[in-house]
Order: sequence, then C-alpha cells, then structure tokens
Amino acid sequence: MKKCSKFHLFFLLITGLFSKAGGDQEIVIGSKKFTESVILGEILTQVSQFAGFSAIHKQELGGTQILWNALLAGEIDMYPDYTGTLMRETLSELRLKNESELRQVLLSQGIGMTEPLGFNNTYAMGIKKATWQRLNINKISDLQNYPELTFGFSNEFMNRSDGWPGLKKYYQLPQQKVRGLDHDLAYRGLESGDIQLTDLYSTDAEIEYYDLKILADDRGYFPAYHSVILYRNDLKSRAPGLLKIIKKIEGQILASAMIALNAQVKIEQNTEKSTAGRFLSSTLNMNVALVEQSMVSALIKHTQEHLILSGISLSGAIVISIPLGILAVRRKRLGQFILGITGIIQTIPSLALLVFMIPFLGIGAAPAIAALFLYSLLPIVRNTYTGLHDIPLEILESADAMGLPRNTRLRLIEIPLASRSILAGIKTSAVINIGTATLGALIGAGGFGQPILTGIRLDNISLILQGAIPAAVLAIFVQGIFESLDKVIVPKGLQIKSENSF
Amino acid sequence: MFQLQNISKQFNGTPAIDSIDLSITPGQTSVLIGPSGCGKSTLLRLMIGLIWQDAGQVLFDGEEVKQSKLLNLRKQIGYVIQEGGLFPHVTIRKNITLMADYLKWDSGKIKSRLLELLDLAQFSDRRLDDFPLQISGGQRQRVSLMRALMLDPDVLLLDEPLGALDPMVRSKLQSDLKQIFQSLGKTVIMVTHDMGEAAFFGDIIILMREGRVIQQGTMLDFIESPGEPFVTDFINAQRSPLDTIGGGSN
Repeated sequence: MKKCSKFHLFFLLITGLFSKAGGDQEIVIGSKKFTESVILGEILTQVSQFAGFSAIHKQELGGTQILWNALLAGEIDMYPDYTGTLMRETLSELRLKNESELRQVLLSQGIGMTEPLGFNNTYAMGIKKATWQRLNINKISDLQNYPELTFGFSNEFMNRSDGWPGLKKYYQLPQQKVRGLDHDLAYRGLESGDIQLTDLYSTDAEIEYYDLKILADDRGYFPAYHSVILYRNDLKSRAPGLLKIIKKIEGQILASAMIALNAQVKIEQNTEKSTAGRFLSSTLNMNVALVEQSMVSALIKHTQEHLILSGISLSGAIVISIPLGILAVRRKRLGQFILGITGIIQTIPSLALLVFMIPFLGIGAAPAIAALFLYSLLPIVRNTYTGLHDIPLEILESADAMGLPRNTRLRLIEIPLASRSILAGIKTSAVINIGTATLGALIGAGGFGQPILTGIRLDNISLILQGAIPAAVLAIFVQGIFESLDKVIVPKGLQIKSENSF
Repeated sequence: MFQLQNISKQFNGTPAIDSIDLSITPGQTSVLIGPSGCGKSTLLRLMIGLIWQDAGQVLFDGEEVKQSKLLNLRKQIGYVIQEGGLFPHVTIRKNITLMADYLKWDSGKIKSRLLELLDLAQFSDRRLDDFPLQISGGQRQRVSLMRALMLDPDVLLLDEPLGALDPMVRSKLQSDLKQIFQSLGKTVIMVTHDMGEAAFFGDIIILMREGRVIQQGTMLDFIESPGEPFVTDFINAQRSPLDTIGGGSN
C-alpha cells in the first residue's frame, strides 16, 4: 500500500488483520470476479512470492472500474486485464487504434503493460448445440431471422459500449427479450431454456461442459482481447527485479492452457491457488510453498472481517445519526435537508457508491465501512426525528413551564420518550447493515460476502451457504440483542398498559 | 405580581389578544373566563413565556419578562394543564420531584416537602411508585398540582385543570382545590369556561371575548352592574339542571 492517509491508518490500526504482512515492499495484486482473472491473479501472487517478495491477492474485486481506479490510486500494484477491455471500455473516449497507442497512454498515467500472455479471450456468442441444430444458426448475423429468441447477458456486457448496445447496432439485431444476469447464472439459464443465447469468453471452461456452440463473428465486431498484466511503473524502483520475473509468463499461457486451467477450477473444483501452483511448477519450473486455508479458519476470518465492517460502521452511524435527528427536529428547514440527503444516499446503488470512494479511501475495509456508515444513517435519523417529533406538545410545554433548560429537557424527557423509536431505527439499520456488508467483498473488504461471491462464481452451493448462513445468523443474533435491550433501555412507564380507562 | 400592558398577539394574521391591559391582584384567585377562542388560554401561556406577544409588555413584580430570565421566573410559577401533562415514562414520585432533583435539593428536604404535598393534595403515598398511566384522571390532576407546588412557587397558573374530569370527581376536586388555595394564600390564575366554577373559585373574575377583556370584577359586580349585554348573556347561558325540571327558561 502506497498511500496511507491518517484516516486509512486509523482503520488499519483497528482492524489489524488487514495489515498482516505490513512491510513496505508488500506487493498487492488484484483480480476481477471471474475465475480466469482469479487464477491469473493467483499466478501473479505466486510468481511474486517466488521472486522473494511478500504478496497478497485481493481477489474478486467488483469490476474493471474498481481495479482500474485502485491501480491508479496505488491501492493495488498489478492486475490482469485484456487489451480489448482497456481500449473499448476503460479508455474508450480516447479512441485508441492499436496496442502501441494504448501502451503510450498507460505510460503517461504511470502504468506499464506486459506483452500478451498468449491467449485472446474475446467475447463470443454461445447457444446450446441443440438450439443450433434445430434452428441452423451458425453465425451472429443469422440471429436477425429469429427475433423471438431470449438473450441473457452478463451485466457488464449489457452495459458496456463494446457489449450488447454496440453488437445490436452493428448486426441490426431485432431481439427485444434481453436481460442482464450474472455470468455464472447465464449458463444455468441456457440449461433450463429460460434464455437461448449468452455472452461467453472464448476461454470459458463451460463451453465444453455445457455443450455449447460458439457463433461465428462473421462481420468482425469483437476486437482482440489479449490477456496482459497491468502494473504500476513505480514497481521498478519499489520492487527491483520483480517485473523481470513477472515477464517470464509473457506468451506462456495459450488459449488451450487457459481453458484447461479454468476447467480445473470450475469443473474439477480445485482451488485457484493449487491450480496456479501446478501450472507454474510444470510450465516455468517455479515452485512456491502454498498454504490452503481450512474451512474453520476461513469462517473465523470472515466473521472477524464482517464484525469489523458492521460494528464500526453501525457504531459510527448511531453516534452521528441521533444528534442529526435531534437537529432535524429543532431546525425545521435544516431537518428537511438532513432527511432529504440521508434519503438520497439510500438510493445510490451500493456498487456505485463503493467505486466512487476508491479515489479517496482506496479498496478494502475503509471504503466499505464508509459506505455502510452512510447506508445506516437514514433509519436512525428518521426514527430519532419521528420519535422526538411525535411527543405530545403538552408534555414538552409542561417541562418548559417547570423551568427545565432545553438540553435537560432533551436528556430527561425527550430522549427517554423517543427511545423506543430510536432503538427500532437502530435495529433496522443493523439488519440492513449486516446484509449489505456482504457486498464489501466486491472491493476487497472480505467478510461473509467473500465465500458467497466465490460460491456464485464456481456454482458451489456449499460455499454460498458458508457465507449466507453466518450472515443470517449474525443478523438474527444482533436483532435479538436489540430486542432484549428494548426492555432495559425503554423506560418502564412506557412499557405498561393503562389500568384505567379515562 | 403580573401586569400586562397593552398586549397584542396574532396567530397567522388572526388577532388572538387585542391590546389588553390587566393587573393581577396578589394573594387572590383570579379566574379568566369566556367563550372558546376568546384568548384566555393564550393570555396564560404568555405569562409563563410559552408564547411571546407581538406588542406590549408582561411585567412580573415590576420587571419585564424576558427570554433570558425565563428559567428563574418559571421556578416561581406552578403550571397545571387540562390533562395534567405528566411525564409518562417516570413514576409519580419522579414527576413531582423532578425539578427539585434537577436543582440538587438534598434528599431530606425533598422527602419532607413531598410528605407535605401528599397531605395537602390527599394523595396516597402507596401510589408514588406507580406510573401516570396506572392512575385515574382525577388522581393525575392531584399529582400535577403537587408537581406545580413542589418548589413552593408564588403563583399558580391553571389552564382548565378540571375540564376533562367527570362531574363527581370534578365536584370533589373543586372543593379540595378551593380549600388548598385558601390554606396556601397564593396568587392563583385559573382559566375555565364554566361560569359556576368561576363563581366558586374567583375572588376576581375576568370575562374575555374576541381577545379583549369585557369586564373585570366579582360575581356580584357581574350580576348587579354588567358592563354590556354580553355579560348577562354569558352568565345566563349556563343551564342549571333544575331549570329543565321547572320547564323554565333563562
């Protein structure tokens, strides 16, 4: 980690476990949230370790934008990407014509790019072989004749300019039933018949496994997606010798090799770590001692991470929200503004908020905590406001008429009377917070979201449950704690029912 | 004591109090009476600074009532409202002693004052640790009175204190209250809309209408020399049950 603001340092001190190795020369490697990228990230990690550096792998980060911004900000030192993605998406507004132009632009931003690793993982359109035989669709242009087909594309492909919008225009495709879904769910959609066509990567292990036919790109829409490694140029001085060894994998991973590596993980259920280890050992004769994590130690680690994410963000939200709620009641105009802003924050999509924070807070726990903190504000602010606002006027005036100063009235009368409502707000926030914290894994914050993310990627139900069950248990447990706090904190006079009708 | 000089107050452009001059006689019970919306409660709330006049001055013991002196002023005034305004989250005991606790009276003094008040208000000490929701409406008004008297204020302001009670409870509480006022000899200002209640309590009755004082005096003054026909109309508007049996009219 290069940049260490005071704020960041504070979180690192608290969390501790995010800075295990801690040394200045720790190499941080990122990868995207699909298997091929995770394998390449693991290869980079092990090569760095082989070269004598301590290296950590922030795997399964939420998308190209997150990795790109993290690399620029110095939060990660290198990650695997594709030339097509860089030219058509990340830097699309520059309209780069070839790889040497790309290389120059990257250089001006302090980023270096290796030579291609050896395979071209371009987009491809895949259909079931049964569909192919039934309809006789061989190339993408044949799709013009079948407007009734349903397409299911990965969300990234749906939205990028070089994805579906461009393809539709280029081939004049008439299909209306097009939806975005997770890449790994798309295969299951093909299998069940819910969709007939999806986007694939040409090195996907599933092409063989699900018996798919790749449609020919007969008018040459898709560009080359050569696999490369992007790295920060300052590595040359910070980690002398490292890049020289990294460059040994240039040209060493051919398409067939990559498909085989993908299949080892996705189909044979090997870990990325062992798969990368075997590849390095057999192809480049690099041997690295690997330590695989046990299920129990993974659970402990994820629990710790999750508790830190939710604990710090929720505590911070409570400390800030209650005074904000009080302020909102006292100053009507400001109150509407506060409620408006916290409401708007709630509507920002979580991934967008996370990406927005990377330039300021980097990746990992800090931006996740900041985002969870922001999401936790509204229920507490609103319930504090409502609880205070609903206190009958005659009770407030009685307190005033006795001669109680404003702040004493707040402490002795208003807060106790609003306590049930405030606690209900905190309860809502806590449950939302624990659920949302699973998204923290998308920006490298770990937690119960990590096994969920990996489980979805590998279609591994047991892995998904290893994250989902503890997250649910934690939410129920925290809910229970607050339920019992209700009886302690809410004044007894508010818990009894009236004995007299009047 | 309270002196109101040329007080005016508007709510959203509608005049509620219109240039009132009024002097409250110390040591006596003054009753503010008049039809709904005449401004009688507004006048009471102005005196204790819950709202502020648009024009004119409120004086207390010759000094202008200002925001900065309000907390001290309020310690010299007890305030009781229709539903009691008790704090539902604390016990009866805490409701009564809250202000003394806040002012850090020593516990002996608080205890002896509490005993005096229980005796005065005829309230059972066994109910001190109940909560407001557990006692009846009449009992709540007794508690509210004890709370108002805790710091031994010079003035008691009561805003329709018996308005929400049923007739039997109300009648009993009226006699008890009158006895308490007489034994304490404090300045009392009470708001009511009930002429019988005004006649029962009031050493001085102040009749209001549309934000103005129509007449100020004893009940006898009102009957013998009404200032204008409205005074007689208002007195006669209160129907007695006996009138109905006699088939009589006003």
